[in-house]
Amino acid sequence: MERPLTKNIHAGRQPLSLKEYTTTGGYTALQQVLKNNTPQEVQQLVQKSNLKGRGGAGFNTGMKWSFVPMGADAPRPKYLIANADEMEPGTFKDRLLLEGNPHQLLEGMIIAAYAIQANISYIFLRWAYKKAARVLEQSIHEAYEAGWLGQNILGSGFSLNMHLHTGAGRYMCGEETALLNALEGKRATPRAKPPFPQVSGLFGKPTIVNNVETLCCVPHIVNNGAEWFQSLSYSEDSGTKIYGVSGKVNNPGAWELPMGVTMRELIEEHAGGMKKGYRLKGVLPGGASTDFLTEQHLDIKMDFKSVAAAGSRLGTATMVVMDDATCPVGFVHNLQHFFAQESCGWCTPCREGLPWVEKILLTIEKGEGKQEDIELLQMHTQLLGPGNTFCALAPGAMEPLQSAIKYFREDFDRHIREQKCPY
Amino acid sequence: MPTIYIDNKPYEVKAGKNLLETSLSLGFDLPYFCWHPAMGSVGACRQCAIKIFKDEKDANGKIVMSCMEGVKDGLRMSITDTTARAFREQVIEWLMTNHPHDCPVCDEGGSCHLQDMTVMTGHDYRRFEFKKRTYTNQYLGPLIHHEMNRCIQCYRCVRFYRDYAGGDDLNVFGAHHHVYFGREKDGVLQSPFSGNLAEVCPTGVFTDKTLKKHYTRKWDLTTAPSVCHHCSLGCNIIAGERYGQLRCIVNRYNSDVNGYFLCDKGRYGYEFVNSANRITEPLIRTRPVEAVDETTLMNHLKNLITLHPVIGIGSSRASMESNFALMQLVGKENFYQGISDDTAYLEGRMVELLQQGDVHSVSLKEIEAADAVLVLGEDIWNTAPIMALAVRQSVMKTAANQATQQSSLFAWHDAAIKELVQEEKGFLANITILSSPLDAISAIAVHESPDNMARLGFAVAHLLNAGIPAVSGITEKEMLAAKHIANALQHAQRPVIITGSSCCNEALIKAAFNIVQSLHTPERKAGISFVLPECNSTGLALMKAPSFEGALERVITDDNCTAIVLENDLYRHIPAAEADTFFAQCKNLVVMDSLHNRTTEKAHVLIPAATFAEADGTLVNNEGRAQHFYQVFMPVNTHIKESWRWLGEMKTMQAKAANGLQQHPDEWLAKLEVTLPQFANIAKVMPSHHFRINGQAIPREPHRYSGRTAMQANLAVSEPKPLQDDDSPLTYTMEGYTGIPPSSMIPYFWAPGWNSGQAVNKYQQEMGGALRKEDPGICLFANKKEGASPFFKDSPEAFIPRPGKYLLLPQYQLFGSGELSIHSKAISELVPAATIVLSKKDAADLGAANGTLITIEKNDFQYRLPLIIHDELCNGIVLASAGYQGMPAPPWGSWVKLSV
Amino acid sequence: MLSNEEIQDIDHEAAKLPYKKAAVIEALKIVQQHRGWINDESVSDIAECLEMSAAEVDSVATFYNLIFRSPVGRHVILLCDSISCYVMGYKNIYEALQQKLKIKFGETTADQRFTLLPNACLGCCDHAPALIINGELYTDISIETLDDILLKYT
Repeated sequence: MERPLTKNIHAGRQPLSLKEYTTTGGYTALQQVLKNNTPQEVQQLVQKSNLKGRGGAGFNTGMKWSFVPMGADAPRPKYLIANADEMEPGTFKDRLLLEGNPHQLLEGMIIAAYAIQANISYIFLRWAYKKAARVLEQSIHEAYEAGWLGQNILGSGFSLNMHLHTGAGRYMCGEETALLNALEGKRATPRAKPPFPQVSGLFGKPTIVNNVETLCCVPHIVNNGAEWFQSLSYSEDSGTKIYGVSGKVNNPGAWELPMGVTMRELIEEHAGGMKKGYRLKGVLPGGASTDFLTEQHLDIKMDFKSVAAAGSRLGTATMVVMDDATCPVGFVHNLQHFFAQESCGWCTPCREGLPWVEKILLTIEKGEGKQEDIELLQMHTQLLGPGNTFCALAPGAMEPLQSAIKYFREDFDRHIREQKCPY
Repeated sequence: MPTIYIDNKPYEVKAGKNLLETSLSLGFDLPYFCWHPAMGSVGACRQCAIKIFKDEKDANGKIVMSCMEGVKDGLRMSITDTTARAFREQVIEWLMTNHPHDCPVCDEGGSCHLQDMTVMTGHDYRRFEFKKRTYTNQYLGPLIHHEMNRCIQCYRCVRFYRDYAGGDDLNVFGAHHHVYFGREKDGVLQSPFSGNLAEVCPTGVFTDKTLKKHYTRKWDLTTAPSVCHHCSLGCNIIAGERYGQLRCIVNRYNSDVNGYFLCDKGRYGYEFVNSANRITEPLIRTRPVEAVDETTLMNHLKNLITLHPVIGIGSSRASMESNFALMQLVGKENFYQGISDDTAYLEGRMVELLQQGDVHSVSLKEIEAADAVLVLGEDIWNTAPIMALAVRQSVMKTAANQATQQSSLFAWHDAAIKELVQEEKGFLANITILSSPLDAISAIAVHESPDNMARLGFAVAHLLNAGIPAVSGITEKEMLAAKHIANALQHAQRPVIITGSSCCNEALIKAAFNIVQSLHTPERKAGISFVLPECNSTGLALMKAPSFEGALERVITDDNCTAIVLENDLYRHIPAAEADTFFAQCKNLVVMDSLHNRTTEKAHVLIPAATFAEADGTLVNNEGRAQHFYQVFMPVNTHIKESWRWLGEMKTMQAKAANGLQQHPDEWLAKLEVTLPQFANIAKVMPSHHFRINGQAIPREPHRYSGRTAMQANLAVSEPKPLQDDDSPLTYTMEGYTGIPPSSMIPYFWAPGWNSGQAVNKYQQEMGGALRKEDPGICLFANKKEGASPFFKDSPEAFIPRPGKYLLLPQYQLFGSGELSIHSKAISELVPAATIVLSKKDAADLGAANGTLITIEKNDFQYRLPLIIHDELCNGIVLASAGYQGMPAPPWGSWVKLSV
Repeated sequence: MLSNEEIQDIDHEAAKLPYKKAAVIEALKIVQQHRGWINDESVSDIAECLEMSAAEVDSVATFYNLIFRSPVGRHVILLCDSISCYVMGYKNIYEALQQKLKIKFGETTADQRFTLLPNACLGCCDHAPALIINGELYTDISIETLDDILLKYT
């Protein structure tokens, strides 16, 4: 089983230096691309590999690149941004890549920048990743020294500058257009799409924002080809995926596995099963903004299509396990508290709806709920849908709520019936 | 034209619009908050949800925000769809989770967009059972009251204040359900357009603080269409009265003039009408008991005007009707403008040039649509604020048009366009004596002496047209600037040049004329805008009467004259010594005015005149647009009458017969047209006073006017007979024509379901477009010919400071320079201290520092003001605060001595 | 007044961007790094430095939860209250901290030693519960290990 992204990352070891990275074959992909490929060829290769965005949306990366205006009269400068603002609760996969093998990300970024002919790139790193920040600063410095960044890289005529930007908090910054506003020094409210960032992005110029894990795949696709990348997977979504499990399991953690392993394999084998005395009650398969799945779904494949078919989303593929000793109402209240806090305050349904939902859930949790409260919650799950709100934050918030009411309705009812939390 | 289907009915609609404005234009009621026709869409409030469908067979459709979707041919949408309606209703319930239930004590109540939209969506009972969030309010100055708890976070306030008007001291703070709109700290809002927040805010967060002091609900106001009297632009306003007091001014939409917005001077300068300084009764000062009744007054006047030669002094702040009535009374040859020779000459030049018809006099709307603007010498930020706002729109829109040329973005997609535009700007050259906030959006800003600004203008004209001689001795730096400007103007399709009289410099006017005439080609429509000092300066100048100096000569040669001074404090326009001589030489001095001032103190006979709010009248704005204002209320004090009415009565008395004489404003205008052909068509500015629609007059009071049987019950219990207005088709009742009146006669914007000012939607042909049956004034200047007049070839010599002398020029302040607005308490609080301004070098030469009192001296004129040193001011010039209350009229444009 | 070092750092960040105001978040972080929090004077100083208004600076400053517009103690404890830490019992840690420090979320100890704030997911869910003190991450914390952690900060 190949683990291209993490094979050189080992727990407890220092991150790979530039020297170590190059001795393990690093920057060969970049050399090859700069020497032999046109930007369009790189775009096509990545498109063919069927690499899908690992940030959660699952859009074909090569296709996303292809929307960037190319040619002499394209607006300039163009920007390439690595979204390292990993803030989805329950998600800790990019941290592994950032702290373990920073040059892998840098190489992916330089190739991606070449593919869209961007000359400026940013890594938008979440503030909490202090270690990653140190590592990335060092790596960017090394890359400049070695001539992988800067003017006229390897004499190819292609130039790229790279900057590290660390955030100042706010979940919204993970949304690509809000991230652009944050990078411009503005409030991180999202932008309307269209126009998409590929056309009008950072400072109004064509911009690609890709997730860290997505970018890390790129050098390997270049080195080994699209077919190879497809062959890594157990499913029709190509490549490997970094999966994670947290909650009351014996061995919480993150692992690179072929795309499409089953949830059961992840929880029972890699995470070592539930801790003694706990049973699995529900799983958020891809972070806080994904629908609950339950025991009955353990055998589904963890790929974009299969998880969607089961009524949830692959999201970031880092799952949070809810055990039978945790109150689902309290669990969902915690999530809604998070989403209400992190609403940017731009659109009405999200700004006003989420705090209301949070308050209702707290009332129920405290044993003061009424039957009508369930209807109000359901009204929100129906009306805070995609398209009704300005961005995907509130619809994402509603996913665990609606599925909690669906799968754990009896728990809600008991709170109301017994006027107390039964947990 | 594309066809779209709304609830399965086809409609032919305009391309390039969004579905919200399209639906509203078609007459549908679709609720909204964050969208504004002048500011476009941002999709924040989610109130205007509709459903769109893929095709006829699509039964599910999807919810979209109508403000964020463009018109597409064949598009199918539903407004009545159950889910869309439920969602719209829910958006209101969400907003209501935090909006207080304080409508009865909220100033917005009854004219509240949020109330209207709430009713429109059908939301009634609230299910939110938790505590509402509360905020601390801020002190924002004397104009705007702040009540943040009412906020529904539509972001309109910051979008107007920052994006539209360029202010930077109001913003949004915090995040999630704790966003706050206000200032960083308590303090006076700095933008001169802050009052618009009261109209832009869909609820009661920002309200008119001056109205609060004498609060009246919209439904209890008697209102009439009026025209702002505080500068030469003639912005359209609605003024409201109750209990004989003027209560507030709100915007009256006019697509060609002020659009949706007013400046703060225009909105808040109204309180002079309620001032304790009003002249309230006729006085004959030669009698032991000065106050007299009307009969005594008229008998006395009869002697004065029949037994003595009579001369009349007109006024640039009085209506055409009053000025013309005075001219009729005294005879054309005895009528003088009440302004100095220099001023009259300059204003006369501007009016002549516009009358020639070689250059096109642009409207404010045309300035907004300009793609390059050159401001040459006029400090429009202070002398014509709404023009400055229009210039800002030109700069922003031009940048937006350039940025979106290659993209498929629509002009209404506001946030996306701003992202694309970033810091790009359209072309503006701001050439003024001192910098103004417009500099921040200027491609080039030059601060120079008037002569040098004019030379720059001549240099630009020369670059555009080799037939105009080159400017001799021009510096390299000036040439660079001239080339930059000429190049930008040449590449524009709709360039506009703005200048005015405030630099007291004719060469600026000539230079501007040369540039515009050079630019005008069949492909390029160039325009000019002259800014004049007063609301009817253009009208008075058009009367072509001699200046005050003529009148002075008359009374010096003939010491038996009766002079009638119309609404004019001569001390504001004429050197005090000359005014004193004039008054001393007049045998009889009759003054009619509304407020006591230095001139009224001199009057032998003082006649109380109506203010704009108590009068009908017509003003000609700087563009040459005649606009009529209607009486808002009849003064309770029957001594107060319109000047034209007093003058008409005097004329009747003089002619000893009433037959054939003018009694009504429309008749005065008809006579004016005949007497002075330059006013051709002006009578069309208002319909005959007999005009009725279906036999009905237009009510000044809305259908919900309350208390008319009770208002005066403390005086008498029987209902008073409604006041009769014979002068216009407007009536002082609630009864009358309830449909949409002709656009120049709209007393209030109100439509079923639309109680707030946003009912203006229902009065427009399309959103943000012209009013239905639009007739927004009569333009007196027509383009007669093109490029036929000779160019001016006499560019001035370069400005050279003179040893020991300084060129004295006026510095206008938005708050402070106005004669009338200063009587509004709120505005008087905002007036900056009167100062003089010198360059660093000149100050050093005088041994003066900031704050040093400096005396300006010329002949008999002497005045002392504290100094402010300004780096930008060129040497040899001294600026002094102009038009301040109590200040004598300095010899503007002349060389004065300064001493510490 | 900003120190020369602060101004230099801000200018360095601004140089990477097409216009100065785009560096406002960086500037806020730089000043906070030096002063612990952003007071009104710093808002005005940053505004002047970046040629923008104080209101514009504060609009951005108050949006981001890690820009502190109120005074904080010498050490800021950010306790993760997101879902994985919730499942793994962050509430017990919070209760223990409340007892030990006598402060709730949003409060500062009387001796100005600690400010305690809740924070969204710290991205180490496999080692929950977690907290950060002055940028230093502590994972798999338990009530027992808390004392040792707090002792490091005086």
